[in-house]
Amino acid sequence: MKIADKNTKAVDLVRAALEKAKEYEDYHAFISMNEASALERAREIDAKIERGEEVGRLAGVPFALKDNYLSPEGNTTAAAKMLEDFPAPITATAVAKIEAEGAIMIGRTNLDAYAHGGSTENSYFGPTSNAYDKTRVAGGSSGGSAVAVALDIVPFALGSDTGGSIRQPASFNGVIGVKPTFGAVSRYGVVAMASSTDTMGCFAKSAEDANLVMSIMAGKDAKDSTTLDDYWTKDLADATPKKKKIGLIADFMGEGVDPEVSKAVRDYANKLKKAGYEIEEISMPILKYALAIYYIVVPAEVSSNLSRYDGIRYGHRSTEAKNLDEIYSKTRDEGFMPENKRRILIGNFVLSSGFFDAYYLKAQKARTLLINAYNEAFEKYDALLCPTAPRPAFKIGENTNDPLQMYLEDVMTVPPSLAGIPGINIPVGKSKDGLPIGAQLVGPRQSDQLLLNIAASTEDKQ
Amino acid sequence: MSEYKITIGIECHVQLNTKTKLFSGVNNDAVDKEPNSCVSPIDYALPGMLPVLNKAAVEKAVRAGLAMNCKINLLSRFDRKHYYYPDLPKGYQISQLYQPIIGAGVIHLPDGSDVKIEHAHLEEDAGKLTHFGNYSTVDLNRAGTPLIEIVSMPDIHSAAQARAYCEELHRLMMYADVTNGDLYQGNMRFDVNISISNTDKLGTRAEIKNLNSFRSVERAVEYEYKRQKALLEKGERVVQETRGWNDTTGKTTSQRSKEEAQDYRYMPEPDVPPIVLEQAYVDKVAAEMPMMPADYRSKFGVLNLDDSAREAIINYPILAQRLAGVCDANVNLAPRVANWFASVLLAEENQDKDFELATAAELLELSEMVEKKELSSTAAKEVLMEMYDKKNTSKTPHQLAKEMNLLQENDENALSQIIDEVLEMPECAKAAEDVRNGEMKAIGFLVGQVMKKSKGKANPASVNELIKNKLS
Repeated sequence: MKIADKNTKAVDLVRAALEKAKEYEDYHAFISMNEASALERAREIDAKIERGEEVGRLAGVPFALKDNYLSPEGNTTAAAKMLEDFPAPITATAVAKIEAEGAIMIGRTNLDAYAHGGSTENSYFGPTSNAYDKTRVAGGSSGGSAVAVALDIVPFALGSDTGGSIRQPASFNGVIGVKPTFGAVSRYGVVAMASSTDTMGCFAKSAEDANLVMSIMAGKDAKDSTTLDDYWTKDLADATPKKKKIGLIADFMGEGVDPEVSKAVRDYANKLKKAGYEIEEISMPILKYALAIYYIVVPAEVSSNLSRYDGIRYGHRSTEAKNLDEIYSKTRDEGFMPENKRRILIGNFVLSSGFFDAYYLKAQKARTLLINAYNEAFEKYDALLCPTAPRPAFKIGENTNDPLQMYLEDVMTVPPSLAGIPGINIPVGKSKDGLPIGAQLVGPRQSDQLLLNIAASTEDKQ
Repeated sequence: MSEYKITIGIECHVQLNTKTKLFSGVNNDAVDKEPNSCVSPIDYALPGMLPVLNKAAVEKAVRAGLAMNCKINLLSRFDRKHYYYPDLPKGYQISQLYQPIIGAGVIHLPDGSDVKIEHAHLEEDAGKLTHFGNYSTVDLNRAGTPLIEIVSMPDIHSAAQARAYCEELHRLMMYADVTNGDLYQGNMRFDVNISISNTDKLGTRAEIKNLNSFRSVERAVEYEYKRQKALLEKGERVVQETRGWNDTTGKTTSQRSKEEAQDYRYMPEPDVPPIVLEQAYVDKVAAEMPMMPADYRSKFGVLNLDDSAREAIINYPILAQRLAGVCDANVNLAPRVANWFASVLLAEENQDKDFELATAAELLELSEMVEKKELSSTAAKEVLMEMYDKKNTSKTPHQLAKEMNLLQENDENALSQIIDEVLEMPECAKAAEDVRNGEMKAIGFLVGQVMKKSKGKANPASVNELIKNKLS
């Protein structure tokens, strides 16, 4: 990616990004643009460069921000009517760190409202189109950010991944997507979805670029008690695999997977072989339970985290409400999308007294078994390989009336989220229709850079 | 039919006096502050905000637990308790349902009875709603204030014992310095569960919520006993429900029955890591704990104080500490100090005094002066009051007595001269004559005259002896 310096003006980088965003407006990757303040910031950086001052590792680099990160510029809507007019008074830690290195936010990208969904169709502001086929979905929930990078509007964009919300749209749009280890990047200032699986990551065109952005975002934050000590180093070469062995997850290569997808992933496995990795097929039967675990644990946390949207202090409040009960019921009925409500209902159900032990507690126990299975696999392998999604991007509207089919699209990205381990999407090919196909590399906790290192070793140098 | 036995369990919420709130860095002391002026984005439950545990609140909780002789759990966790109300910004309260920080314990009441503690947990307080005609206002200053909720076993069996338990809890929390203890400000609030039964089986309980004075606890229990007894005697049933207390009418009224009880949808709190304590840390906090009321009770046993005087002193940690200091130096001089505390210092008109001012050493010195007859007991009380005046902090009791001209005259020559003068006074002739004739009753008048002439400085016992000698 291009960094501003004496020869490259930040203003030119930002202006080019803004122009491209306008050119691709019909993809609806952005909810709002940040033109004036982005250009102003670019001019400040150019002036600093002129004066020979320190400008940071991402000086003048335009980026797109998923609209669930709080930042005082514009409204933070989470693509929900509930927060349509919500101006955030604080800046999310991840954004503050990126901006401190000179990066410039040009606009806020579309998502499924409150990040609930895998297609960006659940946005209150309407869906985002796939970068390769406007009739198809962008994937989600970070669909806008993935498309903004795929269309080369910006060299990187921030997203959040709770069960695949970075990896799957990255796969649908043919870009690198990084879902880091849980706790690697602060969640402070990002609209919460599911606290125990929410992770903040990014989209980029190369593993190097993704590493640079992630190395800046990562680290301990006193405002998020679940953050880990900073382990991310600047140099990808620091993280070389020791075993040189990668497990190919057989469970995700057969039934229910588009043959074009499994072929592309197998071809990528062969590429890894040529790069010096030993590839072994591995079976992890427990993975088939991950989706069931996920759709208990995550809605439970979702229902809890969405309780604060009550119309009392900020955000939407129904004008129809005649008493306190109606302030709650009408506000929430009007402010949430159907998918939000579905998850709130499931969450409230599994947490209700009499059902908690049978659902939530049992799911948490199964989650421990899943983590154990991963730990066992990582004793043998540096990383595990599988498709990121069972098939390429589907048509807009195709799954709208079948929430269960929509959930099944997450089957491959959900397991690492539950285990808190890192996963990245690597573009590995295209379908005969020209749609991108992605492979997912998953590694043990804090092996994020090792995964990027593997990805870099197979990248075609431009 | 046998008598109805009452069984009571009490839950007490104690606001901790930490500098900042439980999960945000905002000022925890909202007394006299503008509404919503002590509120951070975390307390306000802005999107994307995460709670960060205040370590000071953990230490206060540990101190509270130790004060109640409780087991401190080295691993404890937070849970979310969900319900909707405008004073609860997140839509859930962060509390500890499954693994509380404070385990089982016991507290010893002044009357010698024990009440066991089931557990106590850390949680955050909610804000405050004020209702006006057709609208309500929300003040979130109190939202996020750290609380411990102390849950007793159903070990209490009378209204008086319920009150004594609450008072003792208050003393313990004050001694442990974990709360400001102002009941009027809601620093301690009591929920009282009451049932009655004339069999071995417990009866159906009613819970009286949010009592904020010792007296209302006692009265509410008395009222509930009568109400439940009347129901049972009529052959009706007691309904399990939450009831509110009206201090003006002296009655409880139904608020919410069990059927209407909320489902709190408890869930482990994923944003706050578990509290993991080292035993060495707990030991260190334990070593720093001051003496507790029960310790003082046993220490003051030798002073033979009556119970009410002893408890009145123990109500003030600083006075108990001073008295203990005097005991340690010279136990014989302590009863007099105890008496000064109970009858002088704690008298209504002196309650505003700063009890910190007189040190144990000074009180000891004052008591010793009386013992050595350098000061009359009346004069000692005058000196005592001066010792609690800020301007006198640098002066010793002896210096004060001297300045106030209250030191007793023990010099026999000086006394002898005054006595001679008195005996020569015409109005004393009759009394002197009577004494000479063996009517010793009359000596009192003469002693009184000498005391008057010496302006109270003469030692009356010495005067008595000298007069007897002169007139025999």
